[in-house]
Amino acid sequence: MSKNLFDKVWDAHRVGSLPTGQDQLFIGLHLIHEVTSPQAFGMLEERGLKVLYPGRSFATCDHIVPTESRARPFADPEAEAMMAELEKNVKKHGIAFFDFASGRQGVLHVVGPELGLTQPGMTIACGDSHTATHGAVGAIAFGIGTTQVCDVLATQTLAMDRPKVRKIEVSGKLGKGVGAKDIILAIMARFGVEGGLGYAYEYTGEAIRALSMEGRMTLCNMSIEGGARSGYVSPDQTTYDYLKGRPYAPTGADWDRALVWWKSLASAPDASFDDEKSIDGSAIEPMVTWGINPGHAIGVGQRMPKIADLPPAERDVARKAYDYMQFAEGAPIAGTKINVAFVGSCTNGRISDLRDAAALAKGRKVAKGVRALVVPGSMQVDAQARAEGLDKVFAEAGFEYRNPGCSMCLAMNPDKLRGDEVSASSSNRNFIGRQGSPRGRTLLMSPAMVVAAAVAGEVVDSRSL
Amino acid sequence: MANKDPKRGLIKGRGLPLRENDVDTDRIIPARYLKWVTFDGLGAHAFEDARKDAKGQPNDHPFNDPRYKGASVLIVNRNFGCGSSREHAPQALSRAGIEALVGESFAEIFSGNCVTLGLPAARVSAADAAELQDLVAANPSLVVEVDLEGREVRAGAKKYALTMPEAQRQALVAGTWDSTGSLLSNEAKIRKIASSLPYMAWKTAG
Repeated sequence: MSKNLFDKVWDAHRVGSLPTGQDQLFIGLHLIHEVTSPQAFGMLEERGLKVLYPGRSFATCDHIVPTESRARPFADPEAEAMMAELEKNVKKHGIAFFDFASGRQGVLHVVGPELGLTQPGMTIACGDSHTATHGAVGAIAFGIGTTQVCDVLATQTLAMDRPKVRKIEVSGKLGKGVGAKDIILAIMARFGVEGGLGYAYEYTGEAIRALSMEGRMTLCNMSIEGGARSGYVSPDQTTYDYLKGRPYAPTGADWDRALVWWKSLASAPDASFDDEKSIDGSAIEPMVTWGINPGHAIGVGQRMPKIADLPPAERDVARKAYDYMQFAEGAPIAGTKINVAFVGSCTNGRISDLRDAAALAKGRKVAKGVRALVVPGSMQVDAQARAEGLDKVFAEAGFEYRNPGCSMCLAMNPDKLRGDEVSASSSNRNFIGRQGSPRGRTLLMSPAMVVAAAVAGEVVDSRSL
Repeated sequence: MANKDPKRGLIKGRGLPLRENDVDTDRIIPARYLKWVTFDGLGAHAFEDARKDAKGQPNDHPFNDPRYKGASVLIVNRNFGCGSSREHAPQALSRAGIEALVGESFAEIFSGNCVTLGLPAARVSAADAAELQDLVAANPSLVVEVDLEGREVRAGAKKYALTMPEAQRQALVAGTWDSTGSLLSNEAKIRKIASSLPYMAWKTAG
């Protein structure tokens, strides 16, 4: 038996044991955004500390950025103040900032990989729970709170409890029209929203190996929704091909050295794990959520569960979900009317997502009465989409094609649901009030399924289009 | 908070039962309150939307219930604090007067954030959490003792075994939960590990 990737990377970054027994872990890459960092810089200054490794932190702005007009000052004075605070802090501490002028602004978890900042074997932290996304390249990546952001700034390390590692094997070939979003929603449905507490997930198996890097990002992104703070895929040729030539990827002789190191970190077939689970990838169909957490997911052809059929511990939440969603237990999810369609977010705002969405939108029209948004994940995704004419495809189909940002995933900018609107969304959370209206209702699904719903005005199987 | 004794070995206060699994941090503090550059004032907005009915009127949420006014031990169920990593969630609870949480389980980022604020999130069994909630609901003036040192929660004549990650428990008992200081003291070791990592020296185009 050999060590899995997680244990190798953790051990390489372990500074030592703290008096409490926790590990002090070195953080190779720290990503910063405007919402969870201002208080951290405040704490740093209150204590008279400096940033220990300013070259290991990178910042951009995503959560509060308006997707219509980015002209400064922003119309929302709170958003403008938040942006100004970030600009002041990165300047003062010498931290690289991907602003609008750089052409590299975007959702952090889209920007990190596309610039090649995110690499195998790194430890990556960010004040955002979807930091697990970066595990797609074979890194240990996890979300932290604001006080911990201060710890990383001051020491480039964190006090951490070492998690256990669970292997999740997704076997077989995915069906046509089924992708990474469906896999992760199926995993949530199977293992629940707390099943991963105390674990890091290693995703493996034939269906995972066949995913593109962007698909692996979608998969790892939602690890936290299952309770696992981090999730990763051991690196392989797909990983190396993706990284080569990206701006922050190693070059020349360093690239060759990197390849040797990265390959040595991958989990070998005899690697040991604290726990192992498996799921049949060939049986997964396009998934849709019906309730108020991402574990409330079913195949598009299925009926919503009857409360009495659920395990007793899940019934109260399901009851609350039906009450909030105004859906009837036992009814089919297909045919559920929608008001809003959203393609975007750190889960599904990459170029491959926009291509999937555009392929279905081409030559079709958004149903009357449906408000449909496409928000690219970054300025680079936007530039590529425009170069391929995808923006025109979306516009002709009746989608509003916007500027990059987190947008309606969490509605910290003007993009919000109104009243009890139902949203077909390619984002990651269907929590109560998540998309900006305290009564708004979110159905999570893949970008293709969102477009299908936008066109039909109701939930339909995207494979039927 | 900064002036208080950092030791959290024993916390006593009246209980506040919040009966629900999978309470996410969006519910604890809605995202619109993340647009402030300080944590000040968040306490007034804890559970803001959850405390209102569809018409915007106060509902029967325990944070609205006058019987629990001044309560400081929040008693919850499974997977409390799931979802977003926002430290604003424990900050809001702390600023709303919560000094300890007791529940069946806590999401990992949330419980880690609690520790960095010196706010214990102690685990008891599912049955014990439910019984504690019943006890407190029946007698809101009952004092609940969260004894991290003795590893138990006491309420009246009842005692319940509590668990939490040992490092967190020790840090809270000893008052050493402010991690920045101990991390800083190892700068030489930090630099040594940094220089051993291959990627720290790689050339990139940038």
